[in-house]
Amino acid sequence: MSSYSQPTRRRHLGDKRLIQMFIIPTVVLLILMNVFPLIYSLYLSFTEYSAINPTPPEWVGLDNYKKVLSDNLYWHNFAVTGRYALISVSLQMIVGFGLAMLLKEKFKGSGLLTTLILVPMMLSPAVVGAFWKNIFNPSFGIFDQFLGYSDPNTAPEWLGDPDLALWAVVIVDVWMWSPFVMLLSLAGLSAIPDYLYEAAAIDRASAWFQFRRITLPQVMPLLLIAVLFRTIEAFKQFDLVMGLTGGGPSLLQGTQAVNVTETVSVKLFRLAMPPQAQTGLSSAMAYVVLVIIIAISNLYIRALNKVREG
Amino acid sequence: MATIELINVEKKFGSSYAVKPMNMTIHSGEFVVLLGPSGCGKTTTLRMISGLEAVTDGQILFDGKDVTWLHPSDRDIAFVFQFFALYSHMTARENIAFPLQAQGEPRDSIRKRVEEVAKMLRIEHLMNARPGGLSGGDQQRVALARALVRRPAAFLMDEPLGALDAEFREAMRAEIKRLHIEQNATTVYVTHDQIEAMAMGDRVVVMSAAVVQQNGTPAEVYHDPANLFVAKFIGSPGMNLIQGHYADGKVALPGDNRYTVPADWHTAIHEAIGRDGDIILGFRPEAAHISASGPIATTVYTTDLHGSYTMLHLELDRDTIVDVRAGRGTNYPIGTPARFDLDPAMVRFFDPKTEAAIHKGGNP
Repeated sequence: MSSYSQPTRRRHLGDKRLIQMFIIPTVVLLILMNVFPLIYSLYLSFTEYSAINPTPPEWVGLDNYKKVLSDNLYWHNFAVTGRYALISVSLQMIVGFGLAMLLKEKFKGSGLLTTLILVPMMLSPAVVGAFWKNIFNPSFGIFDQFLGYSDPNTAPEWLGDPDLALWAVVIVDVWMWSPFVMLLSLAGLSAIPDYLYEAAAIDRASAWFQFRRITLPQVMPLLLIAVLFRTIEAFKQFDLVMGLTGGGPSLLQGTQAVNVTETVSVKLFRLAMPPQAQTGLSSAMAYVVLVIIIAISNLYIRALNKVREG
Repeated sequence: MATIELINVEKKFGSSYAVKPMNMTIHSGEFVVLLGPSGCGKTTTLRMISGLEAVTDGQILFDGKDVTWLHPSDRDIAFVFQFFALYSHMTARENIAFPLQAQGEPRDSIRKRVEEVAKMLRIEHLMNARPGGLSGGDQQRVALARALVRRPAAFLMDEPLGALDAEFREAMRAEIKRLHIEQNATTVYVTHDQIEAMAMGDRVVVMSAAVVQQNGTPAEVYHDPANLFVAKFIGSPGMNLIQGHYADGKVALPGDNRYTVPADWHTAIHEAIGRDGDIILGFRPEAAHISASGPIATTVYTTDLHGSYTMLHLELDRDTIVDVRAGRGTNYPIGTPARFDLDPAMVRFFDPKTEAAIHKGGNP
C-alpha cells in the first residue's frame, strides 16, 4: 500500500513545489520593487514629506494635487511636455512613414540603407544628447554650418535661444526615433498583399485613391501602435533634455522665470531629488503624469480597436 | 462588349517561355475557357490580357484597338481573382462600390448600382459584413459583384472557383454561367478543371507546356482531340489510347487482338503513317460496348460502380488496361473474360511519332 502511495505523493508535491519555486521569487520581487513603491508613493502623494528629512510623512489630503494642478509653474511643465509630444510625434510619423514609403520597393542596397537608418535608434540617449550638444554648438558645431551660417556670431544658438531650444530637442528626438516609426510602417506596408493593388488597378483607382483607400487603412493599426509608443515615450522625455539643455534656457514669463525645455519628467526629477527633495509633492506630480498617460493610451487603444473592427 | 485579339503574344521569363507565341480571337460576348494543368501558361495569358503582366512580344487588341501597353485601368476590364482579392478593411458594400468611387461617380448612382448588383447576386443581407466574416462562396459573390458593378467590356476570371469547397463550386458554376448569359459579356475564364471548362465554355482553349494544344468547342475537344495530350487531359477518365501496329486495314493490338479499321479511315491513315506502321487507337469509354462477338478480347481487371453506370477496367495484356463504360445491370466478376466492340463513328487514330490526331478529312 505504502509502496504505491509514496511515489504518488512525492510527484504531487513535486509539481506544486516546482510551480511555487518558479513563481514565488518573481512575485516577491514584483511586490518589493513595483507594487510596494507604487502604493507607498500613492500614500506619500497625500502627505507632506521629504525623503532626506527625519520627520515622518504628515497627511495633507489633496493639497499636493491642488498645487500641481493649479500652480502656473507646474502647468508650464505640462504645457511644454504636451507641445513637445505633439510636435515631435507628428514629425516622427511624417518622416518615418515617408521613409518607409521610399524604402518599400526593394532596390540594390535597400537592406543596407534600412539598417543604417536604424542606427540612431540603437544609441544611448545620453550619448546622443552629448554629441548633439556639440553638433548644435554655434561656433564649431556642424549643424549651423550645414544650414549655411558661417559666422558664429550670427548663427542661431539652438540650445541657448528660448525660441529654438524646444525645437532642438524635437530635431534630435525625430532624428533618433523616426527610424522606429519607419520600421513599424515598413512592416505594415510589406504586409499589404500585392493582389490588393492589382485589384485596385483593375478597379481603375488612381495612385492617390489607392494610397488613401488601401495603403493608409491597411497600415493604420501599425501606425497607431507607433503613435502610442512614441507618445508615451514623449511624455516621459527626460534623458535627451538632460543631455542637451538640462531644461533651460530660462525665459521670463510675466513675473516668473520658466525653463523652456523643462518637461514634466525633468521637473519631477528636480522636485524629487536633493536639494529640493519634495517627495510628497513629486509623488503627486508623478501620479498626475501616470493618469494622463493611461488616459492617452486608452484613447489610442480604442482607436486601434475601432480601426481593426471597423 | 469587346472582341479580344491576341497576335503572336508571348511571355518569357529569362530564356524560358511561360507562353509561347500564341494567336487567339475571343469574340464579343463569347465565354472562352483557358484550360490546362498548372504551370501551362493559362494564368499568364489571362494576366497579359488584363495588363497585370507585360507581354514580351506580340500585340493585344481590344475591338481592333492596340492595348498592348495600356495600364490595366485603361482597358475597361474586370478581373476576378482566385483568392478573391477583396479589400479586407472594407465591408462588402464598400468593396463593391470601390470601382465606382474610384471613377468619382455621384453617391446616389453608386448606391443604386451597388444595390442592383447585390440583388443580382443575392448578397443583400451580407452587405455590411467584412470579407473575413464571409464564407468562401460569399466572398467570391462579393468579388463577382465588384467585377460586375462597373459594366466592363470584358470579364477575366482566374480560377474563381478554385478556392471553394466542392458543394459551393457547382452552385457558383451555375451562377457564373447564368450571369454570363444575362450580361452577355465577353468572358475569359481560366481553370485547370476540365469538367468546369466543358460545362461553362462556348469555346475551350487547351494549353500545355506554354503552347495552345487545341482551340475548339467543348464537343470538339472532347470528341476530336487534336493530339494525345488533349485526348488524355479531357474527360474523366481520359480517352483510351492503345499502342498498335497498322497493316492491311487492321490494327494489331496487345493481347493478340486485331481491330478492323473502318473503311472511311484508310486514306487518312495511309497519308499519315503509310500502309504499314505504328499507330495509336483512341476511343472514349462510352464508345465501347461489351459484346460476346466483339473483336477485342480482354480480362476484367476491376470494376467501379458510378451510380448510373459501371466503369470496367479491362486488361488486354499486362501493360494495357482500358476503361469501358457498361450498364449497371450485369455483373462482371474480376478475372473473367470480356469482349467488346467499338462504335465505328467514335474511334480515333493518332500518329505516335507526332502525337497528333489523324484527321479523316485530310490533315491540316
